[in-house]
Amino acid sequence: MKIIKPAVAGTLESSDIQIRVEPADAPGIEINLNSSVKQQFGKKIIQVIHDTLEEMGVTDAYVEAVDKGALDCAVKARTAAAAYRAAGKEDYEWRVRP
Amino acid sequence: MRLRRTMMFVPGNNPGMIKDAGIYGADCIMFDLEDSVSVNEKDAARFLVYSALMTLDYSPAEIVVRINDLSSGLGVADLEAIVRARPDVIRLPKTEAAQDVIDCEREIERIEKEAGIPIGSTGMMAAIESAEGVLNAPEIAKSSKRLIGIALGAEDYVTDLKTTRSDGTELAFARGMIVNAARAAGIDALDTVYSDVSNEEGFLAEATIIKKMGFSGKSVINPRQIDPLHRLFKPSDKDIEKARNIMEAIREANAKGSGVASLNGKMIDKPVVTRSKYLLELAGLAEEAEEE
Repeated sequence: MKIIKPAVAGTLESSDIQIRVEPADAPGIEINLNSSVKQQFGKKIIQVIHDTLEEMGVTDAYVEAVDKGALDCAVKARTAAAAYRAAGKEDYEWRVRP
Repeated sequence: MRLRRTMMFVPGNNPGMIKDAGIYGADCIMFDLEDSVSVNEKDAARFLVYSALMTLDYSPAEIVVRINDLSSGLGVADLEAIVRARPDVIRLPKTEAAQDVIDCEREIERIEKEAGIPIGSTGMMAAIESAEGVLNAPEIAKSSKRLIGIALGAEDYVTDLKTTRSDGTELAFARGMIVNAARAAGIDALDTVYSDVSNEEGFLAEATIIKKMGFSGKSVINPRQIDPLHRLFKPSDKDIEKARNIMEAIREANAKGSGVASLNGKMIDKPVVTRSKYLLELAGLAEEAEEE
């Protein structure tokens, strides 16, 4: 999935995360995280953003994330929403809960 | 019997409220993709509710998702995501006629088939929010086997009636129609929200009326409305004792093979048994509501 324009999803409210996805200057996925719990959970949050983008077939993107204590499911949801907006797509492949 | 005394509204684009939704003890949690979500955030809310349902466990609450109506152009997209995340119930807003339920059910069934989800496992409820919808409540309530209940949405309804919300006079006809239509179809009736969350007295007065009318419960918009409503619906110790004695007499009569049960010299009629069972179930004593 190709990122064609900058797009944002999420807010700066407590328990949310604001994700901004932009076309990348260089190949690969680069993530810049700002979080009050970066020391403790930074690696995990970056991993969730990275995995979510990869699952959607995004190979090249620059991501700015401002975390306000979001659960993993919110990180995934905001990343997916921002990436889809940035790709100008709406055909998400929803999975079935087992 | 599943209790539906409280159905708590949770805005679908609010991660904080979604995270905490399970801790307040509501019988049903209703994640909203409709009125509480601005048009520009519909996609983000859909991702968020989908992702929460795929990950978080809200048991024992019943999980309900209010989708956008199909005519908005958003409803089918909501269903594509949400049916796959397998909530207990899809709540359809602005139901005007039985056909609205049938159209929504057709989409749900198509998605269940495509996704390999057991056909019919997604429940539905219909919110009635207009004068036309209220008049069609009996047909709406019987329009699908998936329906677990119908609900009154009062804000749009009073606007349609060209009045405003006041002491409940304006809702008397709609409430009567909806509770009667629901009970005739053997499903639950849910009352509308009480928006003034700081007015507990007013909330309880309204809740007392709808309980007396036969409603199963009420939509709530703030967690602080949950406990008072549960207390209101809780039967008194005296009533529980009476229901226990009635069911004991029924079990004794059944054990003896007698077709007629009596208590204190009075024959126990079938409606009395039905009410006693319902009361024990409301009290959380379902095991004592058995006839054998």
